[in-house]
Amino acid sequence: MNPMTIIVTVVSATLVYSAPLIFTAIGGTFSERSGIVNVGLEGIMVMGAFSSIVFNLFMAKDFGQLTPWLGLLVGGLVGLIFSLIHAVATINWQTDHIISGTVLNLMAPALAIYLTKLIFDGKGQTNFIDPQLATASIPFLAKIPIIGQIFFTNTSIAAYLGILVAVLSWWILKYTRFGLRLRSVGEHPEAADSVGISVYRYRYYGVLISGFLGGVGGAIMAESITSNFSGSTIAGQGFMSLAAMIFGKWNPIGAMGAAIFFGFAQSLAIIGKYIPVISKIPNFWFTLAPYLITIIVLVAFVGKSRAPAADGITFVKSH
Amino acid sequence: MRIKKIRIGGIMIPLVSVFLGLLVGAVIMMLSHFNPIQNYINLFVGALGSPNAIGEVLRAATPLMLTALGFSVANSAGFFNVGLAGQALAGWLASVWFALTFSHLPGIILLPGSIIIGALAGAFWSGIAGFLRAYFGASEVITTIMLNYISLYGTNAIVKGSMVKSDADSTPLIPAQARLRTPFLEQLTQNSTFHWGIIISILMVLLVWFLMKKTTLGFEIRAVGMNEDASRYAGMSSKKTIISAMLISGALAGLGGAMEGLGNFQNIFVNTVLPDIGFDGMSVSLLATGNPIGIIFSALLFGILKIGGLNISINSTTPSEIVNIVIASVIFFVGANYIIRYWGAKMKLTRKNKVGDA
Repeated sequence: MNPMTIIVTVVSATLVYSAPLIFTAIGGTFSERSGIVNVGLEGIMVMGAFSSIVFNLFMAKDFGQLTPWLGLLVGGLVGLIFSLIHAVATINWQTDHIISGTVLNLMAPALAIYLTKLIFDGKGQTNFIDPQLATASIPFLAKIPIIGQIFFTNTSIAAYLGILVAVLSWWILKYTRFGLRLRSVGEHPEAADSVGISVYRYRYYGVLISGFLGGVGGAIMAESITSNFSGSTIAGQGFMSLAAMIFGKWNPIGAMGAAIFFGFAQSLAIIGKYIPVISKIPNFWFTLAPYLITIIVLVAFVGKSRAPAADGITFVKSH
Repeated sequence: MRIKKIRIGGIMIPLVSVFLGLLVGAVIMMLSHFNPIQNYINLFVGALGSPNAIGEVLRAATPLMLTALGFSVANSAGFFNVGLAGQALAGWLASVWFALTFSHLPGIILLPGSIIIGALAGAFWSGIAGFLRAYFGASEVITTIMLNYISLYGTNAIVKGSMVKSDADSTPLIPAQARLRTPFLEQLTQNSTFHWGIIISILMVLLVWFLMKKTTLGFEIRAVGMNEDASRYAGMSSKKTIISAMLISGALAGLGGAMEGLGNFQNIFVNTVLPDIGFDGMSVSLLATGNPIGIIFSALLFGILKIGGLNISINSTTPSEIVNIVIASVIFFVGANYIIRYWGAKMKLTRKNKVGDA
């Protein structure tokens, strides 16, 4: 392969693998900024992946090329509904956030495969979808010399959508009234409550947004990478997103940056064998890379990075 | 991320949680047009209906007791050890590796050696997370999750790379003198996979109970778990305690893995996913509310659900995943014990009022 082809391949694979992580990590950011720890992102992604694949298999004949994009919405909505369990448990029922999140992770694969077996006559995995989430060139930008070819030709639209969502989320959290209120209930719920902000309601918003974006993330994973649903469709991406959120210091732009970096690390495992020097390194190291890098970065650069002050602490409104 | 300590008392919460979990399973089965009563009967018959079934239940409960104990020790110190699966896998690999490498040794050295090396491997793996938490403040929830995956892909690479012949996916069986399974126990239970590991598990339950309740280290672990700052002020080294708790936790999880290697499978193979005993052990511990004796009973219950669950799918078209849905629901209600207490208190109140009216 010539250098140009290698660069193009690396960039496009990185974007494809980071798209699910970007959405899910931003989702996690909303939840934790409102004060609810969400280790259940993995389970939410499973539900998003499952529902979008089922939708795609049944509706492709009606919606054609539009199906995968509608599938993302379906995945997001199912993720949102599923995250309600976490919201009710942590916000109203004072459940430990980690236990409740773990329940989502235990429940989702069991429920999704149970339903898969019901729908597909006892088979533990679905058929492959057609059409998949397509790649496309971005008008105008693709015409820029060199850069256009590397970044904007036949590229993952979902990843660029994720980048857009990240910028939008950053703006929402930083400048809008909604964002300020959401952050205030995650930093100092008592103070927020005393000025009349409904802590419960804003925490619901936080968790439900994480459910929607996590569901979209899972749907992107299934519709652009695995193309079907089985027990191994979501294999750690939810946890990677959680790590991306922490690297990004609970900031949507930071979370997006970390997610792209993880996408790069994951894509190396796939394309490493085509790159001259790197192809000599056993593939096993690339498989390990995202996890090793996560630990190293966590220790070396993030250290005691500060979570929102009331993250993980149940708020009980006093009467 | 901050982890709140879980405080639940009494046996009512686990019992009500199990009941509600079974109820959720029943509702889901009814909604999908299956007969929950018949399925639950099949489940209990499949788990307790024959000596073979009982042997399988006991075998399934054996590693769960160990991983659950591991979780509860770390949890007492305020750590959420999500890495049990990876630690168990490390223990499984190390014990089988030792048994295969030193296969000429007599059983009296080989078997204990394999068990101990399994525990050490688990301790080493969790020790990394303990060390990073103690000295760098790195969240153990994230590091243990990452270490899980490193363990999964790492053990697979070692198994594939140096332990199997040609392109097989599993190692040869370990020598007979390193096995925990014996013809005696197999005959006793109509050729089930029941093995001596259950004795080790129960001994460990007693040992951990003693450690946590009667020794200084146990006291320090609990003190750090309740209030890290206060215990440091009282002159305890929280760094040392954190690392000790994680080492013990990982050693127990590693032992659980060794039970799979030396008792259940008697070899190791390329795993596509992390072993179930990790997250199941965590669930067992949560259900037992961390109480060591409670862990014996909750591990047995999980053994019954897991083994009996297979029988559901044999006798009907109900997918066996229903059992995992039940388990997740049980843990949900254990976590949401506040609402169970709230309802309980309300019911008591209404009853009192009714008595008052009469």
